[in-house]
Order: sequence, then structure tokens, then C-alpha cells
Amino acid sequence: MGYPFNVSIHLNNLTLTYDLHPVVYHLTATIAQGEWLAIVGPNGAGKSTLLNAMAGLLAINEGSIEGLCPGTVTYLPQQTRLDKSFPMTVCELVATGLWPKLRATKSVSRQELERCDEAIAAVGLQGFERRLINTLSGGQLQRCLFARVLVQDQPVILLDEPFSAIDAQTLADLTQIIKQWHQAGQTVIMVTHDMDYVRENCPQTLLLARECVGYGPTKEVLTEGNLRRAGQRSAAFDESARWCRVGMV
Amino acid sequence: MDRLLLDPFTEYAFMQRALIGSLAVCLGAVPTGVFMTLRRMSLTGDAMAHAILPGAAIAYLISGLSLVGLSLGGLAAGFVVALLAGWVARSTHSKEDSSLASFCLISLALGVLVISLKHRNVDLFHVLFGNILALDDAALWLLASISSISMLIMACLFRPLVIECVDPHFLRSTGRASSIAHFGFLFLMVINLVAGFHALGTLMAIGIMILPAAAARFWAKTLDATLIVAVLMSFGGCYLGLLLSFHFDLPTGPTIVLAFGGVYIVSVLLGLNGGLLEQRYPKRHLAG
Repeated sequence: MGYPFNVSIHLNNLTLTYDLHPVVYHLTATIAQGEWLAIVGPNGAGKSTLLNAMAGLLAINEGSIEGLCPGTVTYLPQQTRLDKSFPMTVCELVATGLWPKLRATKSVSRQELERCDEAIAAVGLQGFERRLINTLSGGQLQRCLFARVLVQDQPVILLDEPFSAIDAQTLADLTQIIKQWHQAGQTVIMVTHDMDYVRENCPQTLLLARECVGYGPTKEVLTEGNLRRAGQRSAAFDESARWCRVGMV
Repeated sequence: MDRLLLDPFTEYAFMQRALIGSLAVCLGAVPTGVFMTLRRMSLTGDAMAHAILPGAAIAYLISGLSLVGLSLGGLAAGFVVALLAGWVARSTHSKEDSSLASFCLISLALGVLVISLKHRNVDLFHVLFGNILALDDAALWLLASISSISMLIMACLFRPLVIECVDPHFLRSTGRASSIAHFGFLFLMVINLVAGFHALGTLMAIGIMILPAAAARFWAKTLDATLIVAVLMSFGGCYLGLLLSFHFDLPTGPTIVLAFGGVYIVSVLLGLNGGLLEQRYPKRHLAG
């Protein structure tokens, strides 16, 4: 399956702030269609902030993000942002992926329900359809959320720390699914802390430490020098900082 | 037995009206209450009920005991507070509970100030505690209309409300539905609180929304079942409250809310979904 339209993503001089302090600082990059990009960096580097901005959850302070529009993006938030106590079954959670298509009033067709069942089976949760989500383990819930991404079937997939606190088998299975998305021409952008995983799987890497330390093929970006530079960049805000004049004439 | 259980409703028109009115309120208010508990907004509703009081009080000063006046006053105060609180919570770092509490207190103080300036000793007893035994045709139509509108809006907002409860960031990433669901839900809260204050008064209106919803979670595991159980429990609570109020000559509004309270306490003790008894004496387990 290929995606016929071009959804290259352009980050143009992008600055994202909290309390006026830059969390992502004048970032420029172009993410080509079909890339599998890992966004890595130390804590406080602005990785999740960047992903939130790409998902449309965060206002852009300066610069722009081009190429992303509603209806082309699937966003998988961190599990901790989910209310697992809500009385909902696995099938119902996966079916929420149909929301962008069905909206408030369209009824769910038999084909769409079958799509949900197929997605649940594809992530290895067959037999869990009627289970309440509050009975699932962390790994099972993550499989469930991947099934929702499958149901959405969008050209751009944003994953925020998709592999935190899951076992090796789940990691292998979900990686296989990401590889299928990558082969199908979908753009996958994931935030992760696992450098070994990135070196092994992700062709492209953006190393972030509030500003871009390196962007390109993973082998060229994850060098000792770059990682040292990223580690040295302080995540703390400079309370005596002057107003930014980058780009001003 | 029939005489005890049915005669009050077959022989007295005011009891029939009270039952019909309270059941109508339940149909709109209880599903809203279920989502309030799931969104952890139970106390938000209580604050909102206080926000409605000054609006109704000011309307009383202007138009007396006019049904339309009281409703419009309550609605206006509720909407202004809900919109301002929602806007501040979404536009600033302030959390919704603190912004809502702030605006509710401002609203309450403003209402008291206006009443004081008028130098009139206003009897707001019926606004505070409702007057369900004196519902006339106009009041019944109002309650039925609010309930119908509430159910219609709930049907339209059901999916985005569910998604916003479970995964709000996912819903926000798909467009503007999150804001629509949020403000739509605040609208539902306000109109149902206004319906509730006509029946039970502003201080008791929140009881009809929260208590059956909270009790139903001890019996039902899925959302659909929770909604159905909560509505049935609220029907039972209204019937029981009216009956007790009639036979023991008790104030009706508080008696209905106490009936809901009784259902809630029984549910906490005996509920099959996390009730105390179930936790004390766990069921036998399956082999696989």
C-alpha cells in the first residue's frame, strides 16, 4: 500500500516556548514522506514538545510547521495521558480511531467493525475484544493503541515514547508493525530514549537538546561527539536571558 | 400495599406532576452526571450550582417568581461562569477547577452584593430548596423541554465526550472537537442544573446528577450499563423520595436527594463492581 500524495514535513525556524523560554529553539528540518525518524535527546530536550506541536496540541511561538494538516496525522500520546479507569472495552478504544472519519453522527459500518477486529488481531490481541481496558497490562494497552493507529491508517504517524515499560516480545511485535508502516510509505516519527533501539531500527534521527544537535542518517547523528554536546546543553531556563534576536535585521 | 405505594400518585395530581417532573429531570441530568463523575467534575458541578444561584436571585428581584425569569437568570449566570472558566483554563496555565471556583465565588459575591444594594429581604427559599410539589403545566413543559434538549445534545456529543474522557490529547490532535465537546458539556451541566433547581432547588440540584451516577459505577462495568443503571436508580430514588415525603410529611427535595443517598450507600456496601462486601468476601475465581 502506498500513499500517493506528498506529505513531506517542513519545520521552518521553529521555536516552541514555555513561559517565553525556548524549549525548541529555531529548528529547521525537512522530513521526507515515508521516513522513519527517531527524535532523541536528554530529558528536557524538547522531544515531546516538538511532537505535541506537530500534532497540533501546542501553539507555535515562532516559525512554522508545513505539510501537516488534520486528516493526515495519527498521534499516539504517552500511555500516562490515558484514563485507564474509564469503563471501555478494547474494541471500543480501537474504534475511537474511526472518529476522524465518522465524527459525531455517522454510524459504524460492518466493514469498519471488521477493520477494528483485524487491527486487534494484527497486534496480537485476538480474544481481548470485550476486555475492559482497566484490566490490561501496560504492554497490552500499548498494543491496543497501536491497533487504533492501524484503524486510522494515516500517512503520518507520531509516536510519543511508544516503548516505555513494555516487555521484549511486545517491543519486537510492535517494531514489526512500525516496519510495515515504513515499508508502506507512511511517515513514522517517534520520540524515544532508547538509543540502542534507534541505532538498530531507525534510519533517520533528530538529536535534540532544545536546539538541533544533529539531523540525518542515524549513524552520522548518534556519534559520541554529538551525544556529548547534547548532554552538555543545559535544559534549565536562563532566567536572565535577553530577548532573542535571531533572524532579526 | 397498593394504597401505600401507588395511591399517592393515583389520587393526588400534585404528586403525579412531581413524579413526572422529577423523572423528566432525571432523563437529562443523570447521563450528564455520569460523564461528570467520569471526568472527575463532580465538585465542579457543585460549584456551578452555586454560580446559578445569584443569577436566579437577581432575576427574582427583577421579575419575581416568573418561571422564565428565574430560568433565564440561572442560565445566564451559569453560562457566563462556565464560558469564562473554560476560556481561562484553556488559554492560561490555570487549571479548570481553580478558574471555575474563582468565577463561581465572584458570581456568588456579585449576586449577594446586588441583593444587598436593593435593600430587600428576599425570600429565596424556593430557589434554594425547590418546590417540586408545586410544579404547574408551564414548569413541566420547561423541565421536559430542557430534558429533551439535553438528551439530543448528549447524543451528538457522546462520542467526542467519551474520547475526551479516555484520551483527551488524541481528540485534540484530530481537530476542534475537543473544544466543542468541552463547552458543549458545560452547556449540558448548566441547563440540567437549571432544570434541577426548579425541582429540587440550587443546593440540591447537583444531587440528582451525581448520586445515581456514582452509585451506578458500583454495579455496572461498561459505560452503556452505567448509564442505564444510573437512570433506573434515579427513577427509583425519585419515586421513593416522593413516597417517603408524602407519608412522613417531609420536605420533598431533601427527601429525594436522601433517597439517592440511600441508594448510593447501599451500592457502596453491596455493589458487585468494587463494593465493600465484594472486596471483603471475594468471589471464587475461574481456572483460566
